[in-house]
Amino acid sequence: MSASDRSADVIVIGGGIHGCSTALHCAMRGLSVILIEKDHAGRHASGVNAGGVRQLARHVAEIPLSNTSMALWHRITDLVDDDCGFTCDGQVLVAEDDEDLGNCRARVDDLTLRGFHHEELIDAAELRRLVPAVSDSCPGGVVSRRDGAAIPLRATQAFKRKAVALGADIREGVRVTRVARDGANWRVETDHGAFLSPRIVNAAGAWADRIAADLAEPVPLEVIAPMLMITARMPAFIKPVVILRKRKLSFKQFENGTVLIGGGYLGRAIRAENRTVLDWGKLATNAKTVWDLFPIMRAAPILRAWAGIEARMPDDLPVFGRSAKHEGVYHQFGFSAHGFQLGPGAGAVMAEIIATGSSNVPIDGLGIARFAPSAQP
Amino acid sequence: MNTLREIGQLAEHYDIAIVGAGPAGLSAAASAAELGLSVLLADENPAPGGQIYRAITTTPVADKCVLGEDYWKGGALVTRLERTAAAYAPGCTVWSVAPDETGGFELGLSLGGQARLVSAGQIILATGAQERPFPIPGWTLPGVMTAGAAQIALKSSGLVPSGRTVIAGCGPLLYLLAGQLAAAGANIVAVLDTTPRRNWLFALASLPDFLLSPYLAKGLKLMLQARRKLPFRTGVTALAAEGTDKVTSISVTHGGRTETIACDALLLHQGVIPGINLSNAAGCAQHFDAVQHCWTPTVDDWFASSIPGIAIAGDGAGIGGAESAALRGEIAALDAACRLGRISEAQRNAKAAPTQAELARSLRGRRFLDLLYRPAETFLAPPVDETIVCRCEEVTAGQIRDTASRLGVTGPNQMKAFLRCGMGPCQGRLCGPTVVELIAQAHKVSPAEVGYYRLRPPVKPITLGELAALPPTEAAVKAVVR
Repeated sequence: MSASDRSADVIVIGGGIHGCSTALHCAMRGLSVILIEKDHAGRHASGVNAGGVRQLARHVAEIPLSNTSMALWHRITDLVDDDCGFTCDGQVLVAEDDEDLGNCRARVDDLTLRGFHHEELIDAAELRRLVPAVSDSCPGGVVSRRDGAAIPLRATQAFKRKAVALGADIREGVRVTRVARDGANWRVETDHGAFLSPRIVNAAGAWADRIAADLAEPVPLEVIAPMLMITARMPAFIKPVVILRKRKLSFKQFENGTVLIGGGYLGRAIRAENRTVLDWGKLATNAKTVWDLFPIMRAAPILRAWAGIEARMPDDLPVFGRSAKHEGVYHQFGFSAHGFQLGPGAGAVMAEIIATGSSNVPIDGLGIARFAPSAQP
Repeated sequence: MNTLREIGQLAEHYDIAIVGAGPAGLSAAASAAELGLSVLLADENPAPGGQIYRAITTTPVADKCVLGEDYWKGGALVTRLERTAAAYAPGCTVWSVAPDETGGFELGLSLGGQARLVSAGQIILATGAQERPFPIPGWTLPGVMTAGAAQIALKSSGLVPSGRTVIAGCGPLLYLLAGQLAAAGANIVAVLDTTPRRNWLFALASLPDFLLSPYLAKGLKLMLQARRKLPFRTGVTALAAEGTDKVTSISVTHGGRTETIACDALLLHQGVIPGINLSNAAGCAQHFDAVQHCWTPTVDDWFASSIPGIAIAGDGAGIGGAESAALRGEIAALDAACRLGRISEAQRNAKAAPTQAELARSLRGRRFLDLLYRPAETFLAPPVDETIVCRCEEVTAGQIRDTASRLGVTGPNQMKAFLRCGMGPCQGRLCGPTVVELIAQAHKVSPAEVGYYRLRPPVKPITLGELAALPPTEAAVKAVVR
């Protein structure tokens, strides 16, 4: 293999939707890219998540990134030559009682003051119009009308394929063993030899703490396994994705009638073996919430349940942006079980920062410096 | 034997839980109970026997000649279990097996519409075999079923297909079933043998061993009887079921010419493969067995899987037939007792030795059968694009071929994201092997390189209501009280 096969303007570590999107956007900017993925693109969190494309109920620190991403989702076919199964039927946060609705009102007011208008308070009548099957006791909620859902593995693979089409070199089944400085370059050692580049992007998801540790920027990353389950086909009864605030629930019916039930209940992740173990007690609680809220679902057969391996940061916010210590190192991980929607936009912003040195999209509060020892109280 | 009819009768914990009451499960349960272990034998069916001895205690088929003398051997296995203290739960579906955090296992079960979690120190999966998918054009038409399904109807209810019946495929069970159905009064108008003629070349090297095997006399008798009495066509190279609302005829190509045979029922069968859904979902390692041409859980000499504490006995860990299944169940139970510290390794070895010798004898000649009855490529990877491969999601062979080559999809798990094949209620039981075969063909690699679906629990569907009402386990209650 020649040296040119082994070096590039940028090396991206991790083939999730974030790594693939960053590789694609770097290639679109004319940079040469090598992406290194230990399994196959979308094998973990990016391939097995709930597929929610959601701006609703996000932390304010990631709303600008989310907005950038949503614009790309709405022209996703132009971007990656595949519609990624993206549908836009909105997402609705259902308030279960008046106190819950009061919190919704406060949230929407706060966003309005900050200049964000994608979340809209709705009353009981509008809630019933959007989600006719919801239990009569729910007094209203919040809707984000441009939200929707996509098919995760298909979307991640579409980003990969488009990146390859634009010249990115995607190496699947190659595991990074160590990252170290090598003169002006970064040396990425793998089980298939070493690669060199002046710039590396750490998009290694649930394995990103290992890369960060090599770079002497340790992070308190928790490896989690959020669980999901899916039912057999049901008659069409709901269009938008439904989420709750008080109890954990994310609920979505696909066009084919199957219903995806999630909400962030955690199973057990066995990271070293690429495996997860489900917690049926928690899934039972998850099922009980659906039983209460959607009586139509009570006899639905559950066909499969699973969990993906994801990274969660203590503050539930991603680590995104330049390294606090090194020139040419960029971090893009720790999306804490809500990174799928951010993938397209985060890749675009990351590529812009890499190529031009900065971006107009604010990413304050997402930097790795917040976990540096000196930043701790 | 203590028969449990309600989910509430199950204990919180068993030394060993055995899934499946066919020959392997019955003998494993009896053997473990005789060693003093607390045993749960959970089985989906209403009565013991598995597929091979289905309805052995309840069948209405009184004439012993119809099902043959081998069938009635199953009775002894049930009698042996009945004399023990084992708990036997019929109609009980095990939908999940997973390691718990104490070194044991958690099982998710359903019985009578109610779900429960119980724990066990050791697990033996004795879930047996399933018929190898046999996708031909028109196989989804009413009137087309697997030969095994016809055998279930015969054993459990004494029913035979009505009208003109065609049986097509290959494998020793094909002859057995043809004989059983004919004896029971079915109108068999044709037996279409798809065994590729060149298989004899590969199988001949294993012939000497076969000549010494217990299969020989039995197999020859079956085949000769069937051939003598029934209208056989050999060297079949293409099949298609035809009809609009139901099958009305079958188009068959043999010896270079194609004919149409009118029929009311078409029974398909091209051998059996291990039923791997539960072991796969539990995380047991598996490999592609090139001789039996199927995915098989990887087990050691004691039938222990890659997960310590889970053993897989019987045809679920490689096809060996009923007699070998019972012996394998026995051996796996001895190892489980040893792992639980109830018998020493020396005791285990001494007790197992005669059974292991018998097992070796019973498997003699198996290789010859595997090689001789290996299905033809054309029936493993259907060449006609319109042939439905995934019946749940109605995905065709052409779609899979196209997606594999055009989008560069290299494995069945990625294929799911594009076509949804394997994502219906059967979780790939009816399409998995074919999808793998088609991808392998598209990329000119072996099925072993393509891999198999990663399967998910619940291995059999449970309702949302059942799951929502799942009672907390004692351990969970204690955790909350603490």
